[in-house]
Order: sequence, then C-alpha cells, then structure tokens
Amino acid sequence: MAKSLNDHKGRPVVVITGMGVITSLGRGNDDNWHAIINGKSGLHTITRFPTDGLRTTVAGTVDFMELESYSAPALSTAMALDTAQEALSQAGIGSEGRFPGPLFLATPPTELEWPQRRALFDGVNGQATDEGYQRLLKAARSGQFKNLFSEFQFASVAESLADELGTEGLPISLSTACASGATAIMLGVEAIRRGETDAALCVATDGSVHVESLIRFSLLSALSTYNEPPQRASRPFAKDRSGFVMAEGAGAFVLESYEAARARGAEILGVVRGCGERADEFHRTRTHPEGKPIVGAIQAALSDAGMEPNEIDYVNAHGTGTQENDKMEYLSLKTVMGDAVESTPISSNKSMIGHTLTAAGAIEAAFSLMSIRDGVLPPTMNYDIPDPDIPLDVVPNTCREAKVQNVLSNSFGFGGQNASLVLSGEPA
Amino acid sequence: MSATSGGQTVSQQPEVWVTGIGLVSSLGEGVGAHWAALAEGGDGPNVDEQSFAPYPVHALGEIDFSSQIERKSDLRQMGQWQRTGVFAAGLALKDANLAGNPDLLGKTDLIVAAGNGERDETADAAVLRALDELGTFDAKAGSVLNGILQKSLRPTLYLGELSNLLAGNISITHGVAGSSRTYKGEEMAGVSAVEDAARRIGAGQGQLFLVGGAFNSERADLSVVFELCRALWHGPFASVWERAGADGGFIMGSLGAFLVLESDKHARARGKRPYAKISHIRSGSTGGPLRKDEASKGPDDLMGALTSELNGPVGLLSGASGVKPSTEDEQGWIEQLKNHGISSAIRAYGTMLGHSLEAHFPAGIALAALAVSKRKFYRPFDDTGYECVLPGKLDRTLVTGWGHWRGKGLALVESAGKQ
Repeated sequence: MAKSLNDHKGRPVVVITGMGVITSLGRGNDDNWHAIINGKSGLHTITRFPTDGLRTTVAGTVDFMELESYSAPALSTAMALDTAQEALSQAGIGSEGRFPGPLFLATPPTELEWPQRRALFDGVNGQATDEGYQRLLKAARSGQFKNLFSEFQFASVAESLADELGTEGLPISLSTACASGATAIMLGVEAIRRGETDAALCVATDGSVHVESLIRFSLLSALSTYNEPPQRASRPFAKDRSGFVMAEGAGAFVLESYEAARARGAEILGVVRGCGERADEFHRTRTHPEGKPIVGAIQAALSDAGMEPNEIDYVNAHGTGTQENDKMEYLSLKTVMGDAVESTPISSNKSMIGHTLTAAGAIEAAFSLMSIRDGVLPPTMNYDIPDPDIPLDVVPNTCREAKVQNVLSNSFGFGGQNASLVLSGEPA
Repeated sequence: MSATSGGQTVSQQPEVWVTGIGLVSSLGEGVGAHWAALAEGGDGPNVDEQSFAPYPVHALGEIDFSSQIERKSDLRQMGQWQRTGVFAAGLALKDANLAGNPDLLGKTDLIVAAGNGERDETADAAVLRALDELGTFDAKAGSVLNGILQKSLRPTLYLGELSNLLAGNISITHGVAGSSRTYKGEEMAGVSAVEDAARRIGAGQGQLFLVGGAFNSERADLSVVFELCRALWHGPFASVWERAGADGGFIMGSLGAFLVLESDKHARARGKRPYAKISHIRSGSTGGPLRKDEASKGPDDLMGALTSELNGPVGLLSGASGVKPSTEDEQGWIEQLKNHGISSAIRAYGTMLGHSLEAHFPAGIALAALAVSKRKFYRPFDDTGYECVLPGKLDRTLVTGWGHWRGKGLALVESAGKQ
C-alpha cells in the first residue's frame, strides 16, 4: 500500500469522511441523492408568507424542520445542526458532544425580521408617540425582550453548534455570499494542511427565504419569474433562463487528514484535491467581462490540486440560471479548458434545488462526491431550449452514468467572491 | 529569513509583519492623528452624548471620503460603514506602498471582519407605521407589507447591507484582487480575520494580506440589537473601567481599521520596513454567555507560552468593552498575569475610540504596532488608577479582545525588522 499521505506540494492530503445534506428535496444524503438523480424538483410555491403582488412566488424553502416559529437564524441553526450530525455519524469520529477539531460555519445575513420589528413596535403599550427605531429602542430598553433576540447576533448560529457538538476553539462564522459553502470547506482544508488539526467540521447553512430577502433579490432582477409550474422555474444554461430561484438548505462535511482517517480505519468519501478563490475588482453584481476572477479561481484550484484542465471529468456548475452567470461561467470554463469544455459534462443542481445561496457550495460539493462514488451525473433539468452561445454538454433532463475521478465544483458570489474546489475519488 | 544551525542553513517560519496601517475614527484619520491624540495630547475622547441619547457614541468626524474613494458612483453605493472601511483600507494600502501598484494589489489577499450592513431607517419607520395602522399582523398585513417593501427598498442599497460587500467594495475601489474572505460574529470576527492572515503567512499559505473591519456607531438599527441584549451603556460618558465597575455596558464607536500584514521575506524583497510583527495570536471560545469550559483555553495557553518569554514590562492594549461579565473575566486574567510576574501597563483603547465590535481587535493590533514602532506607549486613558504610566522604552505589547458576549482573542505584537 503505497498511498501517498502528502500531496504534490508535500502537504497533508485532506479527505472527506462524513457529509450531510438538507435541501427542499428532503433531509439526509440518501433521500436527496435519490431525488436529484431522478430529476425531482424541490421548488414550490411559497407558503411561508403571503406572496400577493410579488413578481416571484416560487422558492425552494425548507418547510419540514420542526421550528417553534420561523426566523432565518432559527432555521439556519436547525439545518446546520442536522446536517452536521449526519456528517459526524457517517464519519464515526469523536464522541457524543465532542468533535476533535474546529468548526467553520458559513451563515446567511442575520438581522431582525419584520415579525420581530413589529413585535417590538407593539411592545410599548400606550407610548405610541415615538416612531420608527426610537420606538423599537424604547421597547428594547424595557427589558421585556431580553434574551429573546440573542439569535440575531451573527455568532449565535455557530455558538449553538459549537455548544451542541463540542468543537474545539473559537467557532468561526464566515460569509463570501454565494461562495460561502466552498469557502467553509477551504478554511478546513487550510487548517489541516497547516498541521493545526487532524479534523475539521465545515458547515454551510441558509434558511433566509423571507419576504424582504425575496423582494430585494427580485428588485435586482435576479430571480426567475416562471412561477407556474414551480418545478420549471429554474432553467440553468437554457436559452429561456430568466433568473435564479431562492432556496434553503445546508451541507456539512467532516474533513480529515488522510493519515488520520486511515489510521482510524475511516471510510474515505473523497479527497479535496484543490481550492482556489479570487476576488472580482470589476463590479458588485456583474462579473468581469472576460471572467478574469472566475478564470483565476478555477486556475488557482487546479494549480492547488496539481492538475491540468484536461483531468477534470465533470463540472458541478454554479449554474444559477441568470443570463449573466451562465454565460460567464461558460466563457470562463472555455478559457481554462479550451475546446475540451464542450465535451466535458457539466450540470447544475440548481435546476432542481434552486440556489441555496450561502449553502450552495457545500451542498453541491456533497452531490459532486456522490457522483464520484456512484458514477452518476445528475441532470440539468428544464433544459429544453439550448442556448447557442453556451455550447455545453449539460447532461440535459436525465441523469447519466459516467465514471468520474475528478470534479470541479464552482461557486460565485455577489460582491465578487469566487471559489472553486477540485474534488476527487480516493487515490487508487 | 534563515538562520545557521549546525553548519546548515535552515529556513525559519515566516514572521508576520505589520507593514501598513489605516485608521479612521472619532479621533481623526491616519496614524499620525491617532498617535497625537492617544500618546501626546491630553484631550478626552470625542463623544456625542446628545444625538442618540441615552446612548453616547464616538461619532466619526468630518471625513473627506473622496480622498480614498474617487468615483462618486462608488460612494453612492456604499453605506457609511462601508465608506469608513473602504477609506481605512485605502489608507493602509497607501501606508504600505501598495496603492497604485496593480501587480501587488492583484495578489493581495483580503480578509474582512463585518457585521450587518445598514438599513434604511426612514423606510423601516414608514413600513412600521403602515403596518401599525392595519392592526394585527395577519395575511392582509403581509400583503400590504409586500407592496410597501417593493416600493421602498432600493435595490442598490441591498448591496450596502450584505456583510461581504465591504470586501467587495474594497476590491472594486482599490483593485485588491487576490482571495477574499469575510468573517462574521461580532468582536470575534476581527480576531478571526487577523488570526487567519497570521496563520496563513506563518504556514506559507500567503504572503501579503489586507485585513480589517469597520463599524458605524451612528445607527439605531444596530443599537436595537445590542440594547435587546442590554449591552449598551446609558447616560453620560464613562471610561471602560468605570463602566465595568458600575452597571456595565459598551459605548459604540465609529471606526475603520485596516492592516497590511506581510511575510518578512516579502516585505524585505520590496524594501518595506515594518511597524512591528505579530509574534503570537490565539483565540478561544467561551461557550455561550462566557461559560467557562475546556474549549476556552486559547489565551490561557498563550499565557503559558509567554510567561517564560515575558520577563520585563509589557504594554497591554485591552479591547475590553465595559460589559460587566466579559470585562471582569478579562480583569481576572490580567490579575493572573501579575501573578506570573508580568507587569503590564494597561490601556483600554475603547475608552478613547469607543467599542467597535468587528473592527475593534484589528484597531488594537494597529495601535500596538504603532506604539512598538515608536518604542513608547500611550498615556493612561482614564483616572481610575488602573492604567498606570509605563516608564522607559517598550518593544512589545499584548492586545486583548474579549467579546462583549462571547469569545476571546489575544495577540503579542513585538518590534521587528532589526537589521
């Protein structure tokens, strides 16, 4: 057994030994994977709040977690915990309430939402002379709402997880917008490569489909307006794509050094061969016209992995279904891979689960690993009208059997944060 | 850098140098203004007790943002916290001789500590008024809310509200285009940001970083959240230690603090002298509301490592907030320092700058590096007697960062770059 425990740069090889997924399709790796490869959609008409008068009424909300009442941090926490527990159970690492490594957690924006603002506004009876925030502050000062809102501090989701799972050190909260899931994995990889820890728990969660976030993305003209039927709303790479569909979910990974994982006889689900990230200096919501930072992120990931572009067998696309993203993702891949891009299969999970925003990079990394494990590529659904400007093999509408060893998973965020991962099967 | 050992040249771990500082606060802009106010001058802090009463704030003075943010279209798309941060980032890049050097900026890795962006308080007030007139929060109110929000929310301002858009704006305005990460989580975001850069430099995972954060104290949407946790100080200004000795609470301070952190090798190669080096940094969890548990050892571990090294006097820039439990916890830790024979001159820089959450720890590192480079320390910031005068020269300073409700961080900043 001459398996190298170090990579081409002499760093510890980082493997995945546990993962967990929640999307609007359901709870757990198996249910999600079964649905994904069968082309099922988790998208549906929103029932969480009234959608009268809204241009977009479809989303991939997660409505099956048992919460006392919905708030973004409450749902995000519940999903993060659930997926982390699935990942820990699969990895069989640590003990009850004790994980031997740090927590890297990607979380969505967290702030008071309208029901809470409204409750505070109502909170001071008979003192309605104040308006706006002065009135909210007066209610807050009354002390009646003490402890009720600790969940609206950013660190609260990570603190809850760290307390419950017993991770080591300061729990880390991060955001790189829609690249966050990939960034969380990257932070774990870097910590293990530095030799600081043998294991890391990397989680990304997003339960932030509420009325205001929906309207804000809608006002940016970023959302699909194909409301009926909901499962047809998300059309990545198709000519008639009209935007992304907001969605919720979480993904969690146990990362370990290959050496530590082998020493304890853990099953290896895959290897994080390379990570790359690049900031966009061009525009807040639009990418550089030549895709420079996307190209840079992909090239950095390949270089980190010590791989040539032609070694990529399959691309799990960012593929949001906006006109801009899908075109730029194609052009950037073409720049990196040349003509090979047209024969390399590439599919977008978002055609079925929508855009899970903060969680997307982690959820899609999990599906990438399942593709490697089972030799099945999930389809890009709703691909009926090919876009002649994007000549890609998008695995249209039906899954495909294909042996894959190396997957490129892309994540690009508003605000110009771009991250790519190269995920591979265990070295033979 | 290399050292000779047994006839063989062995490379040492890279040092983490501070080669650029950008500071903007209620005390002014730039390192010069801050040194003058905190070390040389005798004036008290600049506190506005009226505008947000009963909450005093250290408000940002008149700043000409256009000196660092040239395009008006960029300025318009930013909230005040973003302008403050982008401005401070520009000062740091200039200070480090990176501004105007696209080759270096293109490979500068960016790490930002950020909270929530800013809401439109007027629009929120109008929504609340309209909802109130409808009575109960039912389905009808929900549909009215949809209508108002679609009219009152300005799409571009959403980008002003996303945490990671401070980083995005820095990349766009200054051309910083390496990797980009944003840490969240109140004070610990600032600790994580500096720690991430220091660890990556130490392990050769990066050479050149722009690290920091910004905070705008003049925002009622933020003070609501902190007031819900009863973390804010009410009434006339009082110093950090006075507040901790009374009911406790922090006074918010507007601040932008950015650092250029660089490996010694990279800085030497381009002929840049450092202010100082970050020789140790640790963080720890306190588990919920400052519960002590096994995982909280971070700074204590560091103290164990330092007790043999730190035999002389040391400066201690405390990031204490004045919130009672966490500030008392830190004071207990400082007592232990004394028991280990480490005499320290303590300065709670929050007394002068206000508490600036995510930006607070990076600001402490900036002030420590500045003092170490001057071989002098800051004057006592209050007259409680807790902050004694440190005689003689000083070439190292501890920086503490106890979060107001969770987590703690600690760094040792020392002189560097001696030829």
